[in-house]
Amino acid sequence: MDKVESKSLLKKGAEASLFLSSWHGRRVIVKARLLKRYRPRKLDEKIRNYRTVHEPQLMHEAKKAGVPTPAILLVDIKNSAIIMEYVEGKQIKQVLPNVSQEQQHELCVRIGVLVGKMHRHGVVHGDLTTSNMILTGEGKIFLVDFGLGEKTSELEARGVDLHLMKRALQSTHYKLWEDCFRSVQEGYSSVLGEESAKKVFEKISEIELRGRYIEERKQSS
Amino acid sequence: MKPDNKYCLGIESTADDFGIGIVTFNGDILSNVSCGYIPEEGGIHPREAARHHTEATDKVLRQSLYKAEVKPKDLSLIAFSQGPGMGPCLRTGATAARALASYLGIPLIGVNHSVAHIEIGKLETKSVDPVTLYVSGGNTLISAFDTNRYRIFGETLDIALGNCLDVFARAAGLKHKQGMPLGAVVERLAAKGNKLIALPYVVKGMDVSLSGLLTAATSLLRRGKYKLEDLCYSLQEQSFSMVTEVTERALAHTEKQEVLLTGGVASNKRLQQMLTLIAEEHDAKFSVVPRQFASDNGAMIAWTGILAYTHGLFTPIEKSFVKLRWRLEEVDIPWIK
Repeated sequence: MDKVESKSLLKKGAEASLFLSSWHGRRVIVKARLLKRYRPRKLDEKIRNYRTVHEPQLMHEAKKAGVPTPAILLVDIKNSAIIMEYVEGKQIKQVLPNVSQEQQHELCVRIGVLVGKMHRHGVVHGDLTTSNMILTGEGKIFLVDFGLGEKTSELEARGVDLHLMKRALQSTHYKLWEDCFRSVQEGYSSVLGEESAKKVFEKISEIELRGRYIEERKQSS
Repeated sequence: MKPDNKYCLGIESTADDFGIGIVTFNGDILSNVSCGYIPEEGGIHPREAARHHTEATDKVLRQSLYKAEVKPKDLSLIAFSQGPGMGPCLRTGATAARALASYLGIPLIGVNHSVAHIEIGKLETKSVDPVTLYVSGGNTLISAFDTNRYRIFGETLDIALGNCLDVFARAAGLKHKQGMPLGAVVERLAAKGNKLIALPYVVKGMDVSLSGLLTAATSLLRRGKYKLEDLCYSLQEQSFSMVTEVTERALAHTEKQEVLLTGGVASNKRLQQMLTLIAEEHDAKFSVVPRQFASDNGAMIAWTGILAYTHGLFTPIEKSFVKLRWRLEEVDIPWIK
């Protein structure tokens, strides 16, 4: 990593640590996937390398689809680190509970639109939580953390992606989640078209039925 | 019997174990007797398991009362696992519980089995507000408490971790050894393996998928190219890494200070070691439920029944039907503020 100056730890995530730093005079984020002592070395290296290489590629693809993602400045495979643009803003996780119902609706529809554009372009995010969405001062929504994403247009992958988003809304925003998810679906349908979107939504129900002890399955059993 | 004490008898019968435990209202476990159904071959047959439970009820009940030195008339509360689990098995325990409660004229309380695994872990390890990894033959859940309920942050998208290990063990022709569960047999073999064979590593958000890993491992087993020890090692390393990774994600997300490992697979030393490492990484305290309370047992049902009853809950007999698919996050938890 050349010329990365003094780093300060911004967030210690489970999978990677985020450092705020400067690089050639810019404020940057250094995302370093640290060694995981619990995994066998070989497996750990494989996973960290894979994600370090794939994440920037997916972010780039998402950008092509019209989804704002931080600009990638450097990928350092040896250290499993990515240097990217620092996006200033607030996590949607913090924004959602503190705005009016109309604003919640508007934000969630826009999130649905972004996810729709991304899926239409053949990218699934893999971890669509509201902590991974940043609202900037100018009102743009950035998606970050593509480490678990995939390049795929499979219905199954799209369904899982939205299912995870629904689950994240349920666990983090259990008071708002129903309205929020409905708005996300609305935005999503507006991009993919009612018919394609409906197929994905049906997939979500199918995925949920595979899980254990689900409400809906009580009726069918 | 101390005159100032009250006792709860808890009945567990969700799957292959039938257990009865007696616990005092201040959390002393006086007895915890279990009797497991071991199928001659294959997995648990619900009807056969239920037949086993019916036959075991009398013996387990007597032993539990005898060990606790408690007479039926001294009991104040009957708790039973109301779900989730296998219908015929659940009904056996529920029938016994209703009979006891109405004969003795004392209240009945239906308990959620998943909540009980968390509560017994908390009681025994003195954890207060942990991120819990609950892994057993039927469940793989990552949960933490938030506003009235245990929220599910991650879970398996298909089969449970214990189920994955058991099915693999049976495919390899392994048998229960002197009451040692199949998972423990796999653990012992895995300790002798050292070659990591690549298997699908599937983490989606905070969820995991284990069915692909199981299919891959069993088909490699049939090919006969690899040592069974190495396959057990690879199966454990990769499936445990997956659940550890998602537990760490939940820990980072919730910023809790404690990690609790509970359920039947909690006895696995290697899994304990992995979770210890992530707890250290996040300055959290790691606890694991003691072995005798790791797999399904009556004491955990009794204790959770006490928590619910002392916070105003009870289950009228006409509402005591079993709930086969009762999810953890559907249960209100009034005893945590």
